[in-house]
Amino acid sequence: MSKELWKGNEAIAEAAIRAGCRYFFGYPITPQNEIPEYMSLHLPEAGGVFLQAESEVAAINMVYGAAGSGARVMTSSSSPGISLKQEGISYLAGAELPCVIVNIMRGGPGLGTIQPAQGDYFQATRGGGNGDYRLIVLAPSTIQEACDHVRDAFDIADRYRNPVMILADGMIGQMMEAVEWQPSESRTLPEKTWATVGTGGTRKPNIINSLFIDPNESERHNAHLNEKYDVMRAEEVRYEATIPDDADVLFVAYGTPARLAKAAIRLLAKEGITGGLFRPISLWPFPEKPLNEAASAASVKAVVTVEMSLGQLVDDVKIAVNGVKPVSLCGKAGGIVPTPREVADAALAALGRK
Amino acid sequence: MTHDILISGFGGQGVMAIGKTLAEGGMKEGYEVSWLPSYGPEMRGGTANCSVVISDDMIISPIVLEPTLLIAMNTPSLVKFGPNVIPEGKVFVNSSIVDMAVERTDVSAYYVPTMEIAQKLGNPRVANMVMLGAVNHVTGLLREETVREMLSQLFTGPKANLVELNLEALRMGAACAANDACMIWSNTHEYHD
Amino acid sequence: MAIVYQKSKGLTDLEMHYCPGCTHGVIHKLVAEALVDLNLLEHTIGVAPVGCSVFAYNYFNCDMHEAAHGRAPAVATGIKRVLPQNTVFTYQGDGDLAAIGTAEIIHAAMRGEHFTTIFVNNAIYGMTGGQMAPTTLVGQKATTAPHGRDRAHYGQPLHMAEIMATIGGAAYSTRVTVVDMPHMMKARTAIRKAFQMQMEGKGFTFVEVLSTCPTNWGMTPVEALGWVKDTMINEFPLGVFKDADSKEGS
Ligand SMILES: Cc1ncc(C[n+]2csc(CCOP(=O)(O)OP(=O)(O)O)c2C)c(N)n1
Ligand code: SF4
Repeated sequence: MSKELWKGNEAIAEAAIRAGCRYFFGYPITPQNEIPEYMSLHLPEAGGVFLQAESEVAAINMVYGAAGSGARVMTSSSSPGISLKQEGISYLAGAELPCVIVNIMRGGPGLGTIQPAQGDYFQATRGGGNGDYRLIVLAPSTIQEACDHVRDAFDIADRYRNPVMILADGMIGQMMEAVEWQPSESRTLPEKTWATVGTGGTRKPNIINSLFIDPNESERHNAHLNEKYDVMRAEEVRYEATIPDDADVLFVAYGTPARLAKAAIRLLAKEGITGGLFRPISLWPFPEKPLNEAASAASVKAVVTVEMSLGQLVDDVKIAVNGVKPVSLCGKAGGIVPTPREVADAALAALGRK
Repeated sequence: MTHDILISGFGGQGVMAIGKTLAEGGMKEGYEVSWLPSYGPEMRGGTANCSVVISDDMIISPIVLEPTLLIAMNTPSLVKFGPNVIPEGKVFVNSSIVDMAVERTDVSAYYVPTMEIAQKLGNPRVANMVMLGAVNHVTGLLREETVREMLSQLFTGPKANLVELNLEALRMGAACAANDACMIWSNTHEYHD
Repeated sequence: MAIVYQKSKGLTDLEMHYCPGCTHGVIHKLVAEALVDLNLLEHTIGVAPVGCSVFAYNYFNCDMHEAAHGRAPAVATGIKRVLPQNTVFTYQGDGDLAAIGTAEIIHAAMRGEHFTTIFVNNAIYGMTGGQMAPTTLVGQKATTAPHGRDRAHYGQPLHMAEIMATIGGAAYSTRVTVVDMPHMMKARTAIRKAFQMQMEGKGFTFVEVLSTCPTNWGMTPVEALGWVKDTMINEFPLGVFKDADSKEGS
């Protein structure tokens, strides 16, 4: 496999086509425009359909329809557009439909800025729409990883009949890096016997639905969903841990800040301090146990969360670390990326050296 | 070895293209590379810049805050980013339009009259290739063969003749950087060959 | 005629960020002059859209309210219901008004909301980099329609001024352009009339203005003006589609 230089957004679109995605519904918004633009050119070449919707609300409902018809379907947007999709996402989760949603995050709240940020962490991991539902949320920190996540996301979505979100900051969407296209492991996936494709006169009608008006039935449905979420919690946790045995400080970060934390670790090494990095890759399900174990290592004196938001990821870190070590926050919001020096200084402060 | 390169100028000066060529060429030469553009409405006729990292080690951060090498295609770029270049770093100045010298003495400055050289080649659009040639001469990152291969993929059919023109621009840029006069500021913008 | 090139006191001193040859600036000027000349500026609240004219809130020298993409007519409704004596306008692009905000504009007109909408139709999404708009002409290229808008896939452009004319609550609906001096004078008259009718309580008023986007059309400013005159006007005929003041107005 040879290396090719790809822009993040275009690589994500190409990865989706390679994963068998044949339907894409979207609406322009910076900094993810290259995804729909790439799809508009290349999806028809692959025999698929690209449609620019009149809004994100329409786009996610087109996804809802296409997913119900059994298609491999994707949509992408950036923060304000993802807000508009929340209703549809809740319906997709409630009706148990597989799809892939890409959020190339920018700064908020409101119209905010088009510069990279991570302020949609709560929205993605807690459910921005109504009801008790969960998305599997994958957070790449390189373009290669973004491609691999997209490839896997379609299979994961099909396996669980659940929407999967790729959550990346604008930096990942806009930058270029080398990519090697990896073939997907062929998994056997359940047949989509539930899809509404016409009964063909051979079976009872299928109904795609999230309405369970009888509270008992609704409770059963929620319990069923939760059992499914428990399986995801057990089987879909992903993380990267690069932690030396003598680490003084443990950084926790995802996406671009994880790269900055690595740069900070190099700076700290020159100052005689050993740093480690724990990088959650699945933000939901959150790698709670592995993080707790990492933080429990005897050498670790402080846990520093680095995020491009002002205290969102840190909540999950605190839940996971559960008091075994002090947890502090190095956060920047509104489109500003923290510098490695700032991250290193946050560690020094947490260690009481500054 | 890690080159943290920052390229900055007006939109339309080929700033992004210089960066992409360096990144893609670097990748073909076997290095780890990243390219990161500034983006947003300010690019509309305003300033544009991109960060390129080329390394023989894994790339940690794609954001270049303290460049080892700055390419300043216009004056505001030199004013803004010049002070951030690391000591012993290199500053390439598009002396065709930058109207000031590099004041710092702890960096090496190279003044490249890209537009005059491009004019000499009869095509103002190759000014960015001239700059790339100068940078490449000093860093030795890319082989001409690699650049030729990339250009041949870019310019095909009726545009195929642009391959040689761009390669010539690359060579002229390199020749410019090879001349000691290139390191002396002069506001006459003359091409010293 | 020199008046067109003088800065109106209805505009701030800020330098506008529009591309060379973009007619957003001319339209700002006509709106600002109308508000000044009709002595309305001090009591006006404008609603800025999301699009290239998002920074309109910095350019109009009156109170301004920023809206989410497409929602300006709903925001303007809220403002006007609280301040019925004041002048309220929205300034919206074609993506903002005719795509994501279609429901809001239609229902504001249906209710006969007493505000004025200035609808800038440049047949493209400017701000986000030249994607297809609902007003993109069949065959016109866009970054999300790389081979040109295909009728079989995307249908035909929406004619908003005509649509608004069919809605009971709309008192005035017209389409103008600003590509040369005679057209500019007509646009100026139309914008004034819209504000006047608003203040007379006639109902919802709508002025569609055909505008240029040389940057995303891939044209020089001069070519862009020519394209409006030679091509765009054929798709979007100029004229008054409804006028409650005149007998012919339906
Ligand atoms: C909910 C939401 N979706 C998408 C966007 C991105 N966006 C910003 S401006 C714009 C369209 C601009 O086009 P138009 O309304 O035609 O105005 P123009 O820029 O051409 O003047 C879009 C889609 C956004 N800001 N919010
Ligand atoms: S992109 Fe188009 S609409 Fe926007 S300012 Fe430039 S010319 Fe005007």
